[in-house]
Amino acid sequence: MDFNFKEEQLQLADALKRWVARDYTFEARRTIVGSAGGTSDAAWSTLAELGLTALPLPAAHGGFDGDAVDMFVVMQELGRGLVVEPYFATMLGAEFLRRGGAHGALLDRVAGGELKLACALGERQSRHDLRDVATRAVQEDGGWRLNGEKKVVLHGAQAGVLIVSARSSGAQRDQDGITLFAIPADAPGVVTRDVRMLDGQRAADVLLRDARVGLDAVVGTAGAGWDILEAAADYGAGLLCAEALGAMDALFAATLDYLKTRQQFGVPIGKFQALQHRMADMYVHLEQARSMALLAAVRLAGEARDGNPEERRRAVAAAKYRVGQAARFVGQQAIQLHGGMGVTDELPASHYFKRLSTIELTLGDCDHHLARFIAQPGFYGDEEAA
Amino acid sequence: MDLTYTGDDLAFRDQVRAFLEAELPADLRHKVENRLRLHKDDYVRWHRILARQGWVAPGWPREFGGPGWTPVQRHIFDEECARAGTPPVLPFGVNMVAPVIMAFGSQAQKDHYLPRILSCEDWWCQGYSEPGAGSDLASLKTTAVRDGDHYIVNGQKTWTTLAQHADMIFCLVRTDPGVRKQEGISFLLIDMHAPGVTVRPIVMLDEDHEVNEVFFDNVRVPVSNLVGQENKGWTYAKYLLGHERTGIAAVGRSKRELARLKTLARREQKDGRPLLQDPLFAAKVADLEIELMALEMTVLRVLAEAHKAPGPEASVLKVRGTEIQQRLSELMVEAAGPLALPFDPAYLEGEREHSAIDDDFAAPLLPHYFNYRKTSIYGGSNEIQRNIISQMILGL
Repeated sequence: MDFNFKEEQLQLADALKRWVARDYTFEARRTIVGSAGGTSDAAWSTLAELGLTALPLPAAHGGFDGDAVDMFVVMQELGRGLVVEPYFATMLGAEFLRRGGAHGALLDRVAGGELKLACALGERQSRHDLRDVATRAVQEDGGWRLNGEKKVVLHGAQAGVLIVSARSSGAQRDQDGITLFAIPADAPGVVTRDVRMLDGQRAADVLLRDARVGLDAVVGTAGAGWDILEAAADYGAGLLCAEALGAMDALFAATLDYLKTRQQFGVPIGKFQALQHRMADMYVHLEQARSMALLAAVRLAGEARDGNPEERRRAVAAAKYRVGQAARFVGQQAIQLHGGMGVTDELPASHYFKRLSTIELTLGDCDHHLARFIAQPGFYGDEEAA
Repeated sequence: MDLTYTGDDLAFRDQVRAFLEAELPADLRHKVENRLRLHKDDYVRWHRILARQGWVAPGWPREFGGPGWTPVQRHIFDEECARAGTPPVLPFGVNMVAPVIMAFGSQAQKDHYLPRILSCEDWWCQGYSEPGAGSDLASLKTTAVRDGDHYIVNGQKTWTTLAQHADMIFCLVRTDPGVRKQEGISFLLIDMHAPGVTVRPIVMLDEDHEVNEVFFDNVRVPVSNLVGQENKGWTYAKYLLGHERTGIAAVGRSKRELARLKTLARREQKDGRPLLQDPLFAAKVADLEIELMALEMTVLRVLAEAHKAPGPEASVLKVRGTEIQQRLSELMVEAAGPLALPFDPAYLEGEREHSAIDDDFAAPLLPHYFNYRKTSIYGGSNEIQRNIISQMILGL
C-alpha cells in the first residue's frame, strides 16, 4: 500500500503551481473570463507545452499514457488555480476517442494542443441521465444525418470537434441504440450558441439541424455507444472530483487565513469556538472527500489496467456523491465564515464557491450518483460484498 | 500510488483468518454475533487465547512481547477480528496504561505489570474522569498526599468502565494544589483491592451495568506505584491519548455492522418487498456506506504516515468513526421498526428459553442504540475533538 505520488507527478504539480502564480493570477483570470472568447490562447499554449494536452493520450498518438492518478494531480492544480480553459472538456472528449479506437488523427492533434474537444451529451429532458437521448441519428447516403438539441455543452463553442451522443435506434431512455459521433464544429447543420456560466466557464447549446457527417464519424460501434459513454463519463466525474478537491483546498486555506486575520471584538474571529467548530467540520469533510477522490482516481487507473468496470462504477459514484456533499458544505460554510466579504465578487472565495457548485451539477449530481451506487451489485449483494 | 495489499499482507490475512477459524470459541462468537452481554470470563478467555498466540498486544514493541506487526498488518488484524466476531480486547491495560509504563515507568513497573497485562492477570480500569472534571479533565480534585513511602489518596472517580471487575486502576491524582492546574497532577497505579477503595455501579440508560463510580477513602498507595515523576502526570496522560491513533475509528467493526444492517434490511419487508429496496431507506444506507468507505481510506492514509509521531489527526477519525457507529445503530433500529421496542434482558443474558420474544435480532438493537450515545461523549467528547482539530491542526 502506497499513498505517495510519484516524483514526476509532484514535479508536474509544482510546474502548474508556478504557472498559476505567475501567469494565471486571480486578476489575470478575471481578464480572461471577461474577454469575448472567455479563454486564453496563451494559457492553452502553456498547458500544451507542459505536456498536459498529451498526458493521458496513447503514446501511439503523441501522448504519455498518463493514468487517472496522473490526471488527479493535474486537475487538482487546475482546481486550485480556478483555471477556466477548456482542458477538462478536451480531455473528456479524448477519452471518448481513445475508447472508440478510431480517430487517431484527431488524437494526434489533441496531444499537440492544436485541437480542442467538447462533449455534447446532455439534453433538455435528460437531467443527469446520459442514456436519456432524444437526438436522432439516421444513416443514409453513405453517412449520417442528425437532428436534436444538446444543452449546456461545456466549452462547446471553443471546440473544433464535438463528441455527440444520438439515438440511432430504441426508445428515448434505452441503454441500447445510442451512437456516438465525432463531429467537426463547422459541419453543416451544426449551430452552437455560446453562454458564460456564473463560475466563469463557457457552455454552449448545440443545435443539430440535419447535420451531416460521414460514416467514419462514428465513435466505437453504431448503436452500442453506452459502454463508452458511461466509462468516459465516469472518467470525467473522476477528474471533476480532483478539480473540486483542489478548489476546496484553496477555499479552505483562504477561509482559514481569513479567520486568523479578520478582527472582531478585539480578537481574530478564529478565536471563537462557534467558528472553530465550523472549520473543524469543514476539515473533516475535506479529508473524507480527499480520500474518496483518490480512491476514484486509483480505481479508474486500475480499470485501465485490468478492464473490470465494477469497482470503477462503485468508486466513482461514491466519490462524486461524497465530494459533492463536501463541496456544498465547505463552499457554503466558507462564504458564511467570510461574512459580507464572502458574498462579493471581489474575493476569490465566492468564485471557488461558484466553481464547486457548478462541478456538483456536472456529470451527475449527488442524488444521481447515490442512486447509481445503490444500483451496483455490491450494494444489494451479499455480506461479503459489504 | 497503489492501494492494494501486498502479497505478504494477503498471506498475513489468510494466517489471521485461519487462526480465528480454529481458535475463536463458538459460544463467544455466538454471543458477539447475537449481541448478547459479555461477562468478565468472556473477555478474559479470549484475551488469553490471543496471548498464547502472542497477538494480544499488536501495538507493543517486540521487546515487551508485541508481535512486531506493521501498521497495515494491525489494521488487517482488527478488521479480521471484527469480521469473525471476536470479543474486543479491553484497551485499559493493553493500549492505555501499558504504553505509559513502557515510556515512563520504572524498570520494576515494567517487569511486574507488563507480563501481567499480557496474561490478563490484572484487569485494569481507567481513573481519569471525576464528577467535576469531564472535558475539563485538568480540574480533577482527587488528592494524593505523601506520607513516608506512601501516598494517601482521597477523592472520587466516575464513568469507570468495568471497574467492578478490576484489580488495578491507573489514576490521575493531584499532588500539588498550589500550581497551575495541569502542573500538579501525577499518574498513579492503585490496587483496587486496597482498603478504602469502594466501587458503586452506575446503571446506564440501556439498564446495563458498564460504568461505575470509584471512591478513595484514605487509600494507601506505595510511592513505587508512581509512574515517572511527581507532578508530570498531565504529560503522560496526553501521551496516552495520542497513542492509539487509528483503532479509534473502528472501521472493521463498522463494516461488520453495515453488513448486518444490510442483512436485516434484506430480510425485513416494506410494501411487500425487502426494506433495502425501499429508495428512502436504501439512500440512508448508501450514504453511510460511502462515508465508511471514505473513513477507511482516511485511516489507511493516516497509517501510511505512521512513522510520524502520533498527531491530532486521530481527532478526525474519532469524530467520524463515532458518528458512523451511532448512525449505524440508528439505522439498525429503523430497520427493525416496532419490533425493536420490547426490552428483553433475558435474551441479552443468553437465557433465550425464558424470553417471550420471537424475533431474536430485534432485542438488542434499541439498547445498543441508547448505549452508543456514549461514543461521541467518551474519550474526549466530539466537541473537544473539534477544539483539537481547530487548534492543533488548523492553528486557530
